[in-house]
Formats: sequence, C-alpha cells, structure tokens
Amino acid sequence: MTDGMREDEHSYFAMHPDGGDSHAPHEEGAPDELTASDRPLDLAAVRARLQAKSGKQYWRTLDELADDPHFEELLHREFPRQASEWDDAVDRRDFLKLMAASLAFAGLAGCKSNEQANIVPYVKQPDGMVLGKPLFFATVMPFAGDAIGLLVESHEGRPTKIEGNPDHPSSLGASDALVQASVLNLYDPDRAQTVTYAGELRTWSAFLDAAQADSAALKSASGDGFRILTGTITSPVLGEQLQALLKQYPQAKWHQWESAVSDGAREGGKLAFGRYVNTVYRPERAEVILSLDSDFLASGPGHIRYMKQFYKRRKLEQDPQVEQLSSEMNRLYVAEPTPSVTGATADHRLPLRSSEIEQFARALAAKLGLGGSGTLSAAAEKWLDGVSKDLQGHRGSSLVIAGEQQSAEVHALVHAINAALSNPGNTLYYTEPVEANPVNQLESLRELCADMDAGKVDTLLILSGNPVYDTPHDFDFASKLRKVRNTVQLSPYFDETAQHCRWHVAESHYLEAWGDARAFDGTISVIQPLIAPLYYTRSAHDVLAAFSDKPGINAYDAVRDRLKAANGNGDFEKFWRKTLNDGVVANTAYPPISVSAKFSPGSLPAAKPAQPDELEFIFRPDPCVYDGRFANNGWLQELPKPVTKLTWDNAAMVSPNTAEKLSLTHRVAARGGEHGQILSNVIDIALSDSKVTAAAWILPGQADGVIVLPLGYGRTFAGYTGTNKGFNANAVRASHALWTASGGKISKTGAEYPMACTQYHFNMEGRKILSSGTLEEYKKNPAFAHEGDETPPKSDSLYKEFAYPGYAWGMAIDLNNCNGCNACVVACVSENNIPVVGKDQVMRGREMHWIRIDRYYKAETSTNDPSTNENDALANPPTFFQPVPCQQCENAPCEQVCPVGATVHSAEGLNDMVYNRCVGTRYCSNNCPYKVRRFNFLRFQDWETPSLKLQRNPEVTVRSRGVMEKCTYCVQRINNGRINAEKENRPIRDGEIVTACEAACPSDAIVFGNANDPDSRVAKLKAQQRNYSILGELNSRPRTTYLAAVRNPNPEMEKA
Amino acid sequence: MSVGQPPLNSPEIRRLSPVLEPGHTYATVTDKIAAIVLTRPVSLGWLAGFALCFTFVMILNVAVAWLIIKGVGIWGINIPIGWGFAIVNFVWWIGIGHAGTLISAILFLLNQKWRTSINRFAEAMTLFAVACAGLFPLIHTGRPWMAYYMFPYPSTMGIWPQFRSPLIWDVFAVSTYGTVSLLFWFVGLIPDLATLRDRAIGKPKQIIYGMLAMGWRGSARHWHRYQSAYLLLAGLATPLVLSVHTVVSFDFSVAIVPGWHTTIFPPYFVAGAIYSGFAMVLTIAIPLRKAYDLQDFITMRHLENMAKVMLATGLIVAYGYFFEFFLSLYSGNKFDVFLVQQRLHGPYNHFYFALILCNILTPQLLWIQKVRTNVAMLFVMSLIINLGMWLERFVIVVISLTRDFMPSAWGRYSATIWDYATFAGTLGLFTMLLFLFVRVLPAISIAEMRELVAETSEEQK
Repeated sequence: MTDGMREDEHSYFAMHPDGGDSHAPHEEGAPDELTASDRPLDLAAVRARLQAKSGKQYWRTLDELADDPHFEELLHREFPRQASEWDDAVDRRDFLKLMAASLAFAGLAGCKSNEQANIVPYVKQPDGMVLGKPLFFATVMPFAGDAIGLLVESHEGRPTKIEGNPDHPSSLGASDALVQASVLNLYDPDRAQTVTYAGELRTWSAFLDAAQADSAALKSASGDGFRILTGTITSPVLGEQLQALLKQYPQAKWHQWESAVSDGAREGGKLAFGRYVNTVYRPERAEVILSLDSDFLASGPGHIRYMKQFYKRRKLEQDPQVEQLSSEMNRLYVAEPTPSVTGATADHRLPLRSSEIEQFARALAAKLGLGGSGTLSAAAEKWLDGVSKDLQGHRGSSLVIAGEQQSAEVHALVHAINAALSNPGNTLYYTEPVEANPVNQLESLRELCADMDAGKVDTLLILSGNPVYDTPHDFDFASKLRKVRNTVQLSPYFDETAQHCRWHVAESHYLEAWGDARAFDGTISVIQPLIAPLYYTRSAHDVLAAFSDKPGINAYDAVRDRLKAANGNGDFEKFWRKTLNDGVVANTAYPPISVSAKFSPGSLPAAKPAQPDELEFIFRPDPCVYDGRFANNGWLQELPKPVTKLTWDNAAMVSPNTAEKLSLTHRVAARGGEHGQILSNVIDIALSDSKVTAAAWILPGQADGVIVLPLGYGRTFAGYTGTNKGFNANAVRASHALWTASGGKISKTGAEYPMACTQYHFNMEGRKILSSGTLEEYKKNPAFAHEGDETPPKSDSLYKEFAYPGYAWGMAIDLNNCNGCNACVVACVSENNIPVVGKDQVMRGREMHWIRIDRYYKAETSTNDPSTNENDALANPPTFFQPVPCQQCENAPCEQVCPVGATVHSAEGLNDMVYNRCVGTRYCSNNCPYKVRRFNFLRFQDWETPSLKLQRNPEVTVRSRGVMEKCTYCVQRINNGRINAEKENRPIRDGEIVTACEAACPSDAIVFGNANDPDSRVAKLKAQQRNYSILGELNSRPRTTYLAAVRNPNPEMEKA
Repeated sequence: MSVGQPPLNSPEIRRLSPVLEPGHTYATVTDKIAAIVLTRPVSLGWLAGFALCFTFVMILNVAVAWLIIKGVGIWGINIPIGWGFAIVNFVWWIGIGHAGTLISAILFLLNQKWRTSINRFAEAMTLFAVACAGLFPLIHTGRPWMAYYMFPYPSTMGIWPQFRSPLIWDVFAVSTYGTVSLLFWFVGLIPDLATLRDRAIGKPKQIIYGMLAMGWRGSARHWHRYQSAYLLLAGLATPLVLSVHTVVSFDFSVAIVPGWHTTIFPPYFVAGAIYSGFAMVLTIAIPLRKAYDLQDFITMRHLENMAKVMLATGLIVAYGYFFEFFLSLYSGNKFDVFLVQQRLHGPYNHFYFALILCNILTPQLLWIQKVRTNVAMLFVMSLIINLGMWLERFVIVVISLTRDFMPSAWGRYSATIWDYATFAGTLGLFTMLLFLFVRVLPAISIAEMRELVAETSEEQK
C-alpha cells in the first residue's frame, strides 16, 4: 500500500516547492488566523498602551472599546468555553455600561464575522490532489521520550488514519494502539480551544502582552523566579529554544517531569558509566533474551521496532530442514511481577515481586562472576540456573533488558551483565542520550516543589504536562502552585492543572503544528502538520517564544533554520522536501559510543531484605490510557487491556493466591456476564500516608503479594469520556516509593463494583480453538495442530462447490507472533468508523470491535474462576492471544439464515454485509460460531459532534442503528487496489492490498492476500503445516486461518 | 359418526359427565349464549378486568413506542444472545395458538362432539395469540420499518427474500396460519351472527351483525354450502396445525447452535404447542364458565378431556426432553455433550429444573381422575404448564445462545424492564381481546350447540 501511495506524495511535493506550507490553503474549514498573529505585532505600541493604563481598567466609553483591538478579537469568538467570572467588584453603574456595550457589540460581531472568512472553492484543483483520493504525509508523533514515525492518511485535508512509516527506524511501518488512537485526540470535542486567563476567555495577543510584560520584569531580575516545567523533550529545536531562554534568564530553571517514565534507566546509565547514555537494542541479533520486568515489546522508546525485530526471529517458515530451526528461533525469558504483553508470550516466565527483581539481577551478576550476591527463593534460583546457563551459552548473541520501572541499581546491574556477556556492540549499543537535557526528573520536580513552597517561584511555565494530577501526592503540587504568582500552562485539555493556573494556552495536536523530535536511536524527524489548527491552539514553541525577545518566531522557520544550519551546503529546498517526504532527516541517528564501566555489582550496598509477607504495591502506566493523557480518548478507553480484557476502568490487580488470602472474589453479573460485566470487590488501599478506593481484579500470573496500581485513571477534569473513570493511583504514589511501595494495607469495603470486561472466560474447554505447542513438538510433528482434526471433506455439503476462479481473499494469522498488543484493534476502529459504545453498553456485551483479541490460559484447570482454589494452575499460566476478525467462511452459517439476503458471498470469497438491506434479525449473529458479528443495538455512532465527523473514513459507511456489521477484510482497500490494478491492466500484486489490522501489526502476525496465488505470502503461510481453522469440524471453511503458536522453551528447564 | 366412536348413550360414555347437561332445548341454549352478548348488562367485574387489561395494553404501547424510538438495545439482548424475550414470547404465543385450530379442525374431522362448546373461544384465543405472536418478529428486528423486505414483493431492484432462511418460511407459515384460522373462525360464526342479528334490539347492532352475517337466512342451501365450506376449511387448517410449529422449530433446528440444531424439534415443538394450547384453553374456560354460568355447556367432561390431551402431549414433550439429552450424549459431539452439562450445572440450571418440574412432573398428577375432575386443581395446573412452556422456550432460545462454540464469546442474558413490559403488554392485549370477544360475539357456537341438543336428545330417546 504505502509504496503506491507514497508515489502520489512524491509528485505532490515535487509540484510544491514549499512542501509543507502548501497545505495551508487546502483547509477550507480551518478557522481564520487571528488578526494579531497575522500582522507583525507592534509590541512597542502595546507596551505603550499598557503603561498608559494604570490600576484596574474599566471600559469607559463605547469608542474606547471599539478601538481596542483585543476586544474586537474577543468578539470573534462565538462560544466562550467558560462563562466569564467577574474578578473584580463591579458596581451597578459599570455593570449597566457593560451590558449596554455587550448588547451593542453583539450586533457588531454578527456583522463583522463574515467579512474575513472567504470561502472559496477550488477553481483549479491543486496538483497532486484528486478529490476522493487520500494523500499520505510523513510525520512523527513525539511520545514520552521517543518519536514514532508515521504516514498519515489525509482525505481532502482531514487526517483520518495513521500508519507506521516504513522508512522510519522507530516504526518500520508498524504502529501501536496509542499511535493509532492519537488521531482521535485531534478531533476530541473536549479539547481546550483557546487561551484563557483565570478561566476567562482571552486572545493569544492578550497572552503575548502579558508574557512580554512578565518577561520584562523577569529580565530585570535576570530570570530569578522563572521556572519552566516540561516533559521529556527530544526535540532539538525545542531544546535549543529552551537553552536560549535560559541564557536570556540566567537565574531561570528548567525542570522536567514525565510521570510514567522512570528515572531508573537514566540513573542506571549514570551509575554504570558515570554519564547518561541511551541504550538501543537489536533484538533481531539476539538468540536468548532475558527481560527483567521489561515490557520492551509494548512500551518504552523503540518498542514498535523492537517488536518487529524480535518477531522476525520467531518466524517458522515452512522449511524442509526443520532441524535447523532451533538456531533460528530466539528464546525469551521474562521475570516480572505482573503479566505484561511481553511476559505473557515469553517462553519462560517467572512471576517475581518487583523488589525481588533486583535480587535476581544481583544473583545473575554473581553467577556471571561479577561479584555480589542475591538471595532468591528456591524456585527462582532454579529458574536462574537455567537462564544463566542459556545466556552464558550465547555470549554476544544474548540480551538482558531491564524494566523501565526498575531502579537505577537494576539498570546498572544489567549494563554490567550485558557487558559480561559481550552483548554491547552485538545485541545492543549505547549512544548519546536522545533527550535534549537528561536529568533526574524526580529530583528536578522535587527541587521545583521545594522552591515553589519557599515562594521562590514567580512565574511557572508548564508545557504539555498535568502535574497536579500526575505528580506524587506528597509533593502536593496543587497547593504549592497557589504560591506561584504567575502560572502558565500549555496543554491540550483544560485539565486538573489548568484549574489552578492563571493562564491556560490550548495546545496544538502534533498533526496541527510544526516541530521536530528525536527517535529512540537519535534519528531526527520533522513533525509535519497535516491540518491548520482546528482551534486557537498553540505549540510549546509559541509559548516559549512569547517569553523570549523574539515572540513572533514560528516553529516552521525554527525547524528549517536548524536543519539549514545542520545541513550546511547543498540545495536546502531539495533536502527539505526529501526530509518531509521520507519522514526522517537522513543520517541523524546517533552513532554508537563506547562507554567504560565505572561500576561493579559487588560494590552495591546490601539490598533491603525481602519481606515476602508484606504486600508490595507497584505502579504501572496503563496499557490504554498511558499516564492519563489518553483518558479522554474513547477508542482507548473502550479498548480491552491486553491481558485483563478490562475496559473503561483500571483496577488494583492481585494474584489468585493473594486474592484468596484477602478473600477477594469476582462475581459474574447476570447482565452481560462473562462477555461484559464482572462484579469485583471494592478495596480501600492505605499506602504512603494516603488512601484510595479501588476495584480489585484477580489476575492469573501475577506474583503473589504484589498489587498493581495502573496509572492514568481517576481523572477529574479529563473531558466527557475520561472524567471519573477508575481510580487515581497517583493518590497513593509518594516520591519515596514512586514505582514500588510497601507497607500498605488493604481492606475490603464490602461493596462491589461492576467492571466492563470483554472476555472473562479464559478456559478453552478442551476445544480446538487455539493450537499451541513447543518447538520440540513442532519438530517432531510439524502438523501437530491437526491432531484430532475432524474437518469433514469438502464434499460434505448440501450446496454446490464454488470454484473461485479469480482472487480468493484470505488471511493467515500467525499465533506465534501475536502478543495481544491491540494495535490491530484500534487500527480497525480508526479505519472502519467503528463507534465507541460506552461502559454501560460494554457491560451489556455490546462492544463493536470488528477484530477482538481472545486471551486463553493454557492451564491445567477445570474451572474458569480465578477466585477458586485451583490457584496453583493459575499462578503462572502460559498465556496465548488470538486475534479474531470475521473468518469469512466459504460455507458461511450466517449467510444461509439471513431472511433478506443482507449478508451474501462475493465471487472472491468475501462474506459481504449489505447494510442497506439488513433489517436486523440478528439471526446471522446467533448462527455465527465465531461470534464476530456486531449489532447496532442502539444508535451507537455519534451523528451530532461536528469534529468527530472529520475523522471518519469517507470510504466506509457510517452505520446506523438496527443493522449488523462485521469485519469486511477492509473491502474498501481491496477495491482501491483493484481499481489501481485495472487502470494499469495488470493483476493485483501480492502485498498491494493491506488490511488495516495487517498494516498496524508490529509483529507481522497478520497476512492478507490472494489465497489462489500460490506465490502469495498468505498462500505460503496457509500451506504450512501449522495452518489450521478454528472449529474446522463445523465445515464452515474459514478463509481466516491460524498458524499454531510454537513456544521455544529451554529443554533443560523443561526437564527439570 | 365416525368409525370407532361409541354412541353417546353407550355405557362407557354414560359413566362420564355429559357434553351438555340434560334439560336444554334449542331455545334455552340460544337464550343463554346470546344473552351474554345482547342483554346482559356490563358487569363491574368485566369493567374492572377490562380496565386492568387495557392498562397493560397501554404499557405495551409505551414499550413498543420506546423501542421504535431507541432501538432494540433497550432490551437485554446482546452478542452472543441475539434473541431474547421477543423470540421466546413469539414461540410461546404461537404454541398457544395451536389449540384452537386443533380443537376446531382436527377434532371436528375426528367427529369429537365434545369440541363443540369450546371450539369458538378456543379459535378466538388462537387468533389473539397469533396476533400477539406476530407482533414480536416484527418489533424484534433492528429496523421494523424495513420488515417488508421479508415479503416477496416485486421490487424494482429485483431483490427477493433469501428463501433458504427459516425466517422466511416462518413469515409464510405464520401468515397462512393466521389467515386460515381467521377464515375458519369467521365462517363458523356466520350462523350465530345471523342469530344475533335477529335477536338484537336497536339499529346499530342489527346493522353490524347483519353485515357480518352476510345475508345468512338459514336455508337448506345455506346450510349445505356452509357445511361443505366448513369441512373444507377444517381440512385445510389441519395440516397447518402441524406445519406452523414445525416451521417455527426450523428457526432453531436449521441453525448450527448447539441446543438448537436437533432433528427432534419439529414433533417435539408441535406436541409442546398443543400442550401449551390446551393449558391456555383451560386457563380461559374455567373462569369463563364460572363467570357466565356456562357449566351446563362446558362440562366436566370437557375439562377432563382437555386434561387428558394435556397429559398425552405432556408425555410426548417429556419424551422430547429425554431424547434431546440422549441424542446429545449418544452423539458424542463435544458441543452437545457440553450443552447437557450446561443445562444441568450451568449458570441457568435453575431454569431447567423449574422447567422439568412444571412440564414433566406436574402433569403426572393428571393420571389421577380426582385431579382431572377438580376444577381448581386443573386451573392451577394449566397456569403451571403455561409457565413451564414459556421456560422451555427460554431454555432453548436464550440459554443455548449463552454458551456456544467460542468460550471467549460466552455471555449472559438478563431481561430489562422493557422486555418484561412488552411481554406483560401482550398478555394484556390477549386478555383484553378476550374480554371484548365474550361481550360482542357468542363465546360458544349457538348453531353447533343446537345441533348437539338435537343429537343428545335423539340419542337419549
């Protein structure tokens, strides 16, 4: 797909010397830029006027009001976000004057508003744009210390769908759930839309005036009391802008705080090498990987790339020489406290308390002769034996990865272990940090809080953060914020922090503003906007510039200037166009650096003795809403979390054994039941001198005694979707126990809380649904998936065999590669206009996802209830994931029962859904053995909110209530491919049509294509002996088939 | 008189209660039945009962209006349970609608004299039940305003219904059954409408009954045509009694859902339908004969006969349950075996046990003659059997869907207030129609009763 469409893009840019700028005129619906920012700001005049005024200003005459350009601007805003509050006492006379003025100008605004907005249709169609044909633009999404390379689909100027950029090192063409969902944030109707002061509407120029006035005062104090708080910044331009600002204000300070990223990795590097380093992994080179509580496949910088490369080493191509496979397939060991996406699919997994991870690392270091020692339980010791032998047998081709949330000591130990295994240079390398200014963020925040408390802070800029919500509770950020005279927050929502700040500037989405960012390996990319800001929003560049002596500087020029300077000679415009087109600035990845170890594991002070009886609380970013920044994203709220399958809430997760000890249980509710609603116990958590009430969730595979508190929920000012969902784990998160806390207590309140869980039943009931085996079994019998197969012969049908002479669309899903990361689910939602139904409807079993990911535990248990006493089987069950889209059966049970022929078979084998014909009997869904059909029980789609309409894919029908829908194999993409091929008078090429799920999948587990073509990828996969159909005995003959999962356990550990 | 039928004055029959209490003449029969419609004042009891039913009809209106405004999502259905109360109620009502035609047509052909005094209201009950049943498939669709897609109308797009779907068969089966039942009922009514026309006081009544009587004068030719038409319609209706519920059972047995996909369904559904139909006839007959003093016409003999039919069909149903289990286990099909386990041990097993209690254990009491002739006992049992048959449909339709092939998609069903409101509303509609029926049409066939007077008096001579 991308190749063909990128060609379009080349021609588009070739015609437009000023590549990026050229889309501005394409935006018909974009609001007018404010007059103030269009014309050069006459600061001298503004300042003069400000100085002329003294004391409290009231409007005296209508003339004066009419002359005031700010007031005029204000009148252009039709819908103030918040009703204005009176800051000052207004007497009756003034009030009447104001009322009169308001009335007079209400009419004036009405007259004027149309004058400036010229809506002009295309007289000449812009080159490269064909109405109805999407364009793709390369950009990057800056995210928590990484930049993910994207190609964004744009329909008539509206970005609608996000794909990975194959040329970008961080995505390699794939994406993840958060990236996919980020486009919805752009159209979120709850976004902050303009500048406010104390909740009252202001214009950007009013903010500029104030900022310039403040900066003048600050400059005279050489910046004393001026503080800037940002997240982790990897943007070189922004970094330079900040440094320049700090030069201008020598006493000013720049603080950083990213709530879901730990300082462990940074400080671990410092501990190990005496300097900050950035570690880049090369999982494709590793035979044996040990993850110590690292979810490197699903989170953290570079995870999409790592997933892609990791799973390259797990492919089992149909090879006659199956014996050679053992050296091909890598082996993953994971020791972790709570099942992550990475851990759930590991070959060997050891549930270990977070605090024991360090002991484990110490013990491993000791085993490798690095000194020191660690105390472990007998079982963990045994596990360690096997792992360390395997690692030692793969010197230079092994990899040990420390978890993001682990301490600096663990990271330092892992650096030492990797060095001892000669891995640096082979399976990983070190580079300069990608951050513009790496610091210990907790200490940085602590310093800021202390200064705020001491009244040393006069002006605080908070750029893209929400510290009131996400800082440790003992810092009590909100009350300290009150001691700061002037607070400015830039954020996309009017959030918890905004409630306490004077100025709030609405932040532009990354698809709306220029910028740049470094990826996990240092590669610089330009953030290329696809649309002019939908609202009166600004970027961090603008806010910083407002306090500089060049307030008019714009990010576009800044990015170009920086690249010009870095690029030196040569044709810059050509270079710029190529950069924008490719989505990466060529050759900017950091080269590996050599580091010298300044650390020996033996020198570590003795660790705190483990207290296995004490409860251990650990904090983790939520797999869906992350640190809360995606809380108002309906797609992510409704996305079942990979392992727990919970939606719309977080829960305090406990292991089955611990649950039994605390007598926590689940109850399947009558409404919705296993596919919807589970009632869980409500618990009070007292931890770190604070309290929070949460719902408990029993999670098989979790380490005993560990309670996981996911971050990102319990937002109080997140917007319509995200407010008051789940509980706020930050409420019990203290700075001294940021990631792992102990000494807490849990008590049952006796109440029950309904959880929306889309798949509670994890037992396969002995049915052949998900087939799995070990590499050894596979080598012995590559067709193990077919044991006990009862698939009837094709002749067993009442209906005549259809030949499918042309294309026969099919899909093969390699369960070996699926780890349930959810990228495909959100990609499908985004591509196919799938509605968000809300928690209540999910609890009734009515979620609409066309592709779901089923999770099964391969546990020797006869029960499905984790709260019963068959806990041992569930202590560490092997976990498997199975994406289930429509199976597109050739003998489709749904088609035969539809009374009106609304679901019919195409000549290419697609099971088509004709929405217009559907009367909604739901008979097809009843008769679908895979239960992949989704029904619009109510009018689930939002038809009112204008901004959401912009996001929809114009190629896919927006369904109304009363009709059935389901996966179409992205039939719109098939038809686009067919049209292209027919225009060129050639057959459709393999790989030309990529379904949304396939495009998003970072592990290449999903392959779509023409099963009739023996050379197609899908036909080759289907020819593998691992290939099987779910419930083949029903003779439904699905076109979606699965390749059995093969795990590669260590034979020695298996025996033991 | 058909072969094998003992004459009414034979000693075996004498032992039983008569089908018509002695002492009635043509005049008394006509007076008594016509009086209910023509002269009897509206009683307070009737008004109260009617008002109550009417309230429920209003509830039905609200429930259906809200349904059309919001969508079927106001009900408890979900994925995987796509069919809930609506289909349960549909099958239940259709089942109830079986008894009327069975009594009028099949028993007529078999020359069972005892059918005479119950056939009229049993047929009326059939029609009302079919009306209630017909409502559900219509409103349960996601877009009821598009339901005409299910009819083979000449569309300019050249699109036809999908004839492989049992739902299309259903459309034909139910609409045919409804039409034939209505015709049969109306043809049977014609002589009585003429009687009412002749006896009515006041123009409006005379005109309305006169129009409905279609010029009936009671001539020998009329009677001749009438009887052949009635016989033909009886012949036409007879196969329908068997076909309707067979086709309804195809909705399930043609699907592949474990618990639905079984060949025993057609006979078992038909038996179940007759079972529930007779239970409903009893439920109506017992209060009716009491309220309108019709014990002479609806005698203990009728009640006992109906009890016997219930016992017989109840045993067929029990056999059906047994074989459903047996075949599931005998087939060794893992899904079917699992289904049996679920019925016994699953989250809904209490429904299954209640069903066994209502439908299999309770009717065994009918072996005892004392029970068969105890009006109060019969009434209670008829209610229990009605409930049991509703549970049976719930177990088949809903519980089979909760746990089918993919354990990951298993779910549960819980009806909402709107499900209950709609069901209660149709109960109200059904009873309201019955209330109206007894006031405007003769609840017992006057013509046939007069015939019976003639026959009984002849035979008693």
